[in-house]
Amino acid sequence: MTTETSLEEHAHDHPSEFQYVKVAIFLGIVTALEVIVVYISALENLVIPILGVMMVVKFGAVAGYFMHLKFDSKIFRRFFVLGIVLAIAIFGIVLWTFTVADRLPGAAS
Amino acid sequence: MATVTTPTPWFLRRPKAKKGIWSWVTTVDHKRIGILYGYTAFIFFILGGLEALLIRAQLATPEAQVVSADLYNQLFTTHGVTMIFLVVMPLGAAFFNYFIPLMIGARDVAFPRLNALSYWLFLFGGLFLYSSWLLGGAPDGGWFGYAPLTTGAEFLPGDHRLDFYALGIQILGVASIVASVNFIVTILNMRAPGMKLLKMPVFIWMSLVVNFLLLFAMPVIAVALFFMTFDRTFEALFFDPTGGGDPILWQHLFWLFGHPEVYILILPAMGIVSEILPTFSRKPLFGYSFVVFSGAAIGFMGWGVWAHHMFTVGLGPAANAAFAVSTMFIAVPTGVKIFNWMATMAGGSLQFKTPMLFAVGFIAMFIIGGLSGVTHSIVPHDAQQQDTYYIVAHFHYVLFGGAIIGLFGGLYYWFPKIYGRLMDERLGKIHFWMMLIGFNMTFGPFHILGLKGMPRRYYTYQAGLGWEMWNMLSTIGAFLIAASTLVFMHNWMKSKRKGEIAGPDPWDGRTLEWSIPSPPPEYNFAEIPTVTERDDFWHRKYKEDKKGRPVPVPTGGADAEDEQHAEVAHDEGHGIHMPSPSYYPLVAALGMPVMAYAVVLQSWTLGVIGGIIALAGFYGWVLEPATAEDH
Amino acid sequence: MHDAAITEAGAHPDDAHVTYTGLDNVKMAMWAFLGSECLFFGALISAHLLYRNRTGDGPTRHDVYDIPYTSVSSFVLLMSSLTMVLALAAIQRGDQRRLRIWLMATALLGASFIGGQFFEFTEFVHSGLTIQTSPFGSSFFVLTGFHGAHVTIGILMLLSMYTLSRLGKLPSTDASKVEMVGLYWHFVDIVWIVIFTVVYLFP
Repeated sequence: MTTETSLEEHAHDHPSEFQYVKVAIFLGIVTALEVIVVYISALENLVIPILGVMMVVKFGAVAGYFMHLKFDSKIFRRFFVLGIVLAIAIFGIVLWTFTVADRLPGAAS
Repeated sequence: MATVTTPTPWFLRRPKAKKGIWSWVTTVDHKRIGILYGYTAFIFFILGGLEALLIRAQLATPEAQVVSADLYNQLFTTHGVTMIFLVVMPLGAAFFNYFIPLMIGARDVAFPRLNALSYWLFLFGGLFLYSSWLLGGAPDGGWFGYAPLTTGAEFLPGDHRLDFYALGIQILGVASIVASVNFIVTILNMRAPGMKLLKMPVFIWMSLVVNFLLLFAMPVIAVALFFMTFDRTFEALFFDPTGGGDPILWQHLFWLFGHPEVYILILPAMGIVSEILPTFSRKPLFGYSFVVFSGAAIGFMGWGVWAHHMFTVGLGPAANAAFAVSTMFIAVPTGVKIFNWMATMAGGSLQFKTPMLFAVGFIAMFIIGGLSGVTHSIVPHDAQQQDTYYIVAHFHYVLFGGAIIGLFGGLYYWFPKIYGRLMDERLGKIHFWMMLIGFNMTFGPFHILGLKGMPRRYYTYQAGLGWEMWNMLSTIGAFLIAASTLVFMHNWMKSKRKGEIAGPDPWDGRTLEWSIPSPPPEYNFAEIPTVTERDDFWHRKYKEDKKGRPVPVPTGGADAEDEQHAEVAHDEGHGIHMPSPSYYPLVAALGMPVMAYAVVLQSWTLGVIGGIIALAGFYGWVLEPATAEDH
Repeated sequence: MHDAAITEAGAHPDDAHVTYTGLDNVKMAMWAFLGSECLFFGALISAHLLYRNRTGDGPTRHDVYDIPYTSVSSFVLLMSSLTMVLALAAIQRGDQRRLRIWLMATALLGASFIGGQFFEFTEFVHSGLTIQTSPFGSSFFVLTGFHGAHVTIGILMLLSMYTLSRLGKLPSTDASKVEMVGLYWHFVDIVWIVIFTVVYLFP
């Protein structure tokens, strides 16, 4: 069966302890950068996108390496991604409706 | 492994009872838990029905004084909460419990003790909610509990009614999440070999979709209810407009859950109907993959329509237009299903046994409810219908005419599997026609009342508005439904004792549950089947001739083999170890209502006690093996 | 034929080693649960986003947040994820002593995070921000409070694992138990990564 063989292969893909330490150091550095970015006033409008990207990178590193999603079955990844995508989509729309809600019909002019 | 055997103190000893009340309290058998779910939900159905009868008695005549305005508010709120959370959802869960393992060829669900936990949480949540009647009154803010009415002490003062609402549904929500995780893993992981996703029965598919909806919708309402509890108990400002909070956030969170919830309620019935129709048409379901994919599509699109419950809130034309369009679109997969069901019947050799009548009744009533639903998607139209009886007519047509009638069909269809006896056909048909006529008499007039402007939730009305006749008609209909339910109960009790012996396969069924004895042995399948076809059991019984008509497989073929399996089953299934009973799920579940009462009474001590009970239950659970060693 | 093995699996549904997908039941359940938790924290975080500027007469986030302080406790929680994976690696190797060291280290890091949060809450209350001050206060305390409750439950599970190992009841064959606690723990860490950036750092 394909799943079995792929599981076998993945057993060898498991990151070593040294790799875990490297990921942790990387996470620490990104966190430090995040804090530095906040204090650089020149960035202004770019702060949110930059912080957002760094957050996603940290998120991915923990989920991919520490939680083994990078090496585990796709089914697990789908459960997680489904939850995240759904949450972002629906709550994004909720917050969007609050930004347009003030323009009531008739109150536009 | 060498273990030192020390005598176990009595309270740690494994429950062993196989019969009597204690065996039901400690059971982890999915069939018994299913039966517990079913009976408990039916008792709540009677309670919710009695509440409805009181409401209808009050509204039968203008300016009646059967109940006070205050009691009326409690009645319609509890009626709604009961029917949704304590009747239709757990009845769905009863079918999931009993039939998911049987239909996928498994011996039990993936987590039998977790399954027991779900049931106990459901029971305790329901009892907690109903205990409010004795402790200062039942919730009275509507099943949707709109803030700030429900959170501001100045509106509904001096009582804990809505604490019972918030915390009761919270407990029920935990029960649902636990169950959904269990069923998702069961369906994905416990299928018999060969049962690929697209060979699963449609009921299993709909169960999968429902449980994904539960998995993702219940945490949203959990957060909303927590906010409500924090507002009420700790004076937080989430929904308090005077403090800067926004009650619209409650509406968003509530309907973000509430709309998927609608599909949580209806999809199990759709799955049941998709099993009944092929069986009694003696034809495979028309367009299996269309039905499956439209079910999944409903599951996805159900997340994109919630704001159509909020068209009159003032979300602005952009949001209203977007949600109007998405709402119209979701009618498409639903329509696809209806056409497939009708095409399944077309050209079949139809047998109008009671389950089939209910299935056809479901389709007819659901079409009416679906069509009135589409009219709500038109925003200006909805502004006229909002808060009138037209809306009440719509959701009763989909939730009673749809969900409840479909679920009754399922009870008639699977009763012989559960009890090994057939239900009385004559009484069944009387029940069906009485219920169908009573239902249409009750809720049909709501359309007209709504269009004539009768508002929802008012405890009385004045004469001379042209509402009297329709209201009276509706009340008579409601009592007819009640009478039909008595017929059903009589039939159930009678058939359980004296019904005709059904045998394993009374309907010439198509799916795996019919391949095993009725009632099924504790371990379900003496030998786990290997699945090669969709409707595998049917294909073991019949081959097709050149024109596609079913021809029985000659005896001595697969059928005889099944007989042998049945023989093996009498062998008390030696060598099959089923998970052992446990009382820890009960203990763990008991902690929740105790903690909920702690919030109501604002008692830290009680909260800590509840926490300790729950923790004790979970620790006992984790430390005991799933299957006790037998000696 | 697989039949024998599959019959075995069906008979022990709680510990099925042979499943249709070949995946472990418990692990699949854990991922389903974590998917569900995304919606839970999604709702809490979006409520906070809606309310973060609604401070009324109370203090704003610029008045109360101490970014360097929170950065340190974020770092502590991040590092607890490292000790957690090291604990898992240890039990998979059969090294009970290291397992216990890393489990205890994880629990202690988690506990110092909670201690830090407790101190932070106290500070905020002193500066006049409570759950009753403003929607900002309500949403901040409830969001971070629920996260803290998750961490606390995680610490409880870690200490239970530690005790089991002490009692010799956590053999390497039970490594999946540690793995499940780990998944939960990393998830809680991930949620904090989002909270730290979105709630504290976003201008």
